[in-house]
Amino acid sequence: MLKIENVHKTFNPGTINEKKALQGINLTLESGDFVTVIGGNGAGKSTLLNMITGVYPVDCGTIEIDGINLTKMPDYKRAKFFGRVFQDPMMGTAADMQIEENLALALRRGKPRTLLPGITRKERAMFRELLAALDLGLENRLTSKVGLLSGGQRQAITLLMATLQNPKLLMLDEHTAALDPQTAAKVLELTDQIVNRDKITTIMITHNMKDAIAHGNRLIMMDSGRIVYDVSGEEKQRLTVPELIQKFSESGGGMLSDRTLLQS
Amino acid sequence: MNFLENIWQFIQSLPSPIAQGMIWGMMAIGVYITYKILDVADLTVDGSLATGGAVLVVLTTQYGVNIYLAMLVAFAAGCLAGFATGILHTKMGIPAILAGILTQLALYSINLRIMDDRANVTINRRTFQLIVSSYAGENQLYWTIGKCALFIVVIVGVLYWFFGTEMGHSIRATGCNLNMARSNGINTDSRKIIGLTISNGIVAIAGGLLAQFSGSADVNMGRGAIVIGLAAVIIGEVIFGKLFNHFILRLLSVVIGGVLYYIVISLVLKLGLKTNDLKLFSALIVAIFLAIPHFKAKLAPRRPKPKKEVE
Repeated sequence: MLKIENVHKTFNPGTINEKKALQGINLTLESGDFVTVIGGNGAGKSTLLNMITGVYPVDCGTIEIDGINLTKMPDYKRAKFFGRVFQDPMMGTAADMQIEENLALALRRGKPRTLLPGITRKERAMFRELLAALDLGLENRLTSKVGLLSGGQRQAITLLMATLQNPKLLMLDEHTAALDPQTAAKVLELTDQIVNRDKITTIMITHNMKDAIAHGNRLIMMDSGRIVYDVSGEEKQRLTVPELIQKFSESGGGMLSDRTLLQS
Repeated sequence: MNFLENIWQFIQSLPSPIAQGMIWGMMAIGVYITYKILDVADLTVDGSLATGGAVLVVLTTQYGVNIYLAMLVAFAAGCLAGFATGILHTKMGIPAILAGILTQLALYSINLRIMDDRANVTINRRTFQLIVSSYAGENQLYWTIGKCALFIVVIVGVLYWFFGTEMGHSIRATGCNLNMARSNGINTDSRKIIGLTISNGIVAIAGGLLAQFSGSADVNMGRGAIVIGLAAVIIGEVIFGKLFNHFILRLLSVVIGGVLYYIVISLVLKLGLKTNDLKLFSALIVAIFLAIPHFKAKLAPRRPKPKKEVE
């Protein structure tokens, strides 16, 4: 369903700050795939997601989703295909707007924004139900400003917003990395729940090797803008953390961050 | 005795600054849309205020157009000015402040053209049926205040409705978190253009009223308008920010900010400030109010961080 062919991206070409962020990425995802992505700092993981969502244009290569060529489509038009949760809990929500307004915005992704009410009574009831399912006590705070919530709560709401209308592809960019371990576990559990329930094709970047192994049906390792290891199915299920670290050093980069090692 | 008399005199003269403050407060609602909702400091207003005044006065005095219709055209002209700034900013990649300055500068010439190369065109309350005027006799000033209040109620009402629609939500999201807006499929460029357009339309309405109130449209009438608008927004926020949370109350606090500002101005003028020093005084007031949050943060004693909300 997602087809990435020979995508290259270099930042600041021709200067001393030149950074070859992606050097020929080829990746095909099947519908329902849950891919975890690991790699050292600067391996190109986030850049890959930015290319898919169109934050920056690609230098060359093509990106397709369900046969639709996205390569030249502006980011806000592509948005209807995607849900995305960022590492920073501040990024995915509008802090000055109410919880229900944020959800209503996400519900209208890819639809024309008219002069009809921004939120209807029916939607409000639906939001209340969805929030109750999160079990964070947010169902009675629909009109609270999102800025008043904790990082974990905001991340849970962002996740809800990202999956509200069944995206073709859900992208999680270390979405639990900024949370305390307990909250991170909870958000991750929620992620599994939603992804499994709606069978959403998902890419999850993580620094945590255990999580990378425990979640999803496929694992990709990136280094210096390339995919250096790609494993799925039973082989992935059998993978252990030491093996993964071994692969990491073999990949030539060996740029394991302290954080990755500590969390392993 | 003399002192008390002075105070009584001042109180008696209050309706005029109140009316003036309401008109400027209306303009400040336009500034609120860009400065607070869109998070853009839009300097177009210095020009579009005069555009509103010029269009209204010329249409009524020279073309005999009905004054309410002329107000409508003034609104449209202001919208056009804001639209131009929006195009400069989003489609041509010019920083918002600079885009506003460019439009404002261009408007100076355009406003002179509208007024047929005159810097000042008068409109007489005796010859024309004006909506508002500064004439104090025959209870006219109270009528003026009442009509300004009506304008404000309508504008605030329409904005309340608008910013509660799908479109309005998307504009607020654009100002609040651009990346979030885009990743939710919102064309943020078009939303900025729409916001700037509406904002300057409202500013031009205020310009039309202001020209009637002062009896003429002047090519310089908008000079420093952005500062007065910011003053009203900030004064309103400092005084009522903690109290008012509802959107309607926020907008009204902006208007009250404008009224308070003009009461203070008329007071310092009474106390002997020269009219020529007024702009310096305004700039200082706004600078101080803008700096307050900065110094508050700097001087704040090291308090423990506010507790996170319980999950």
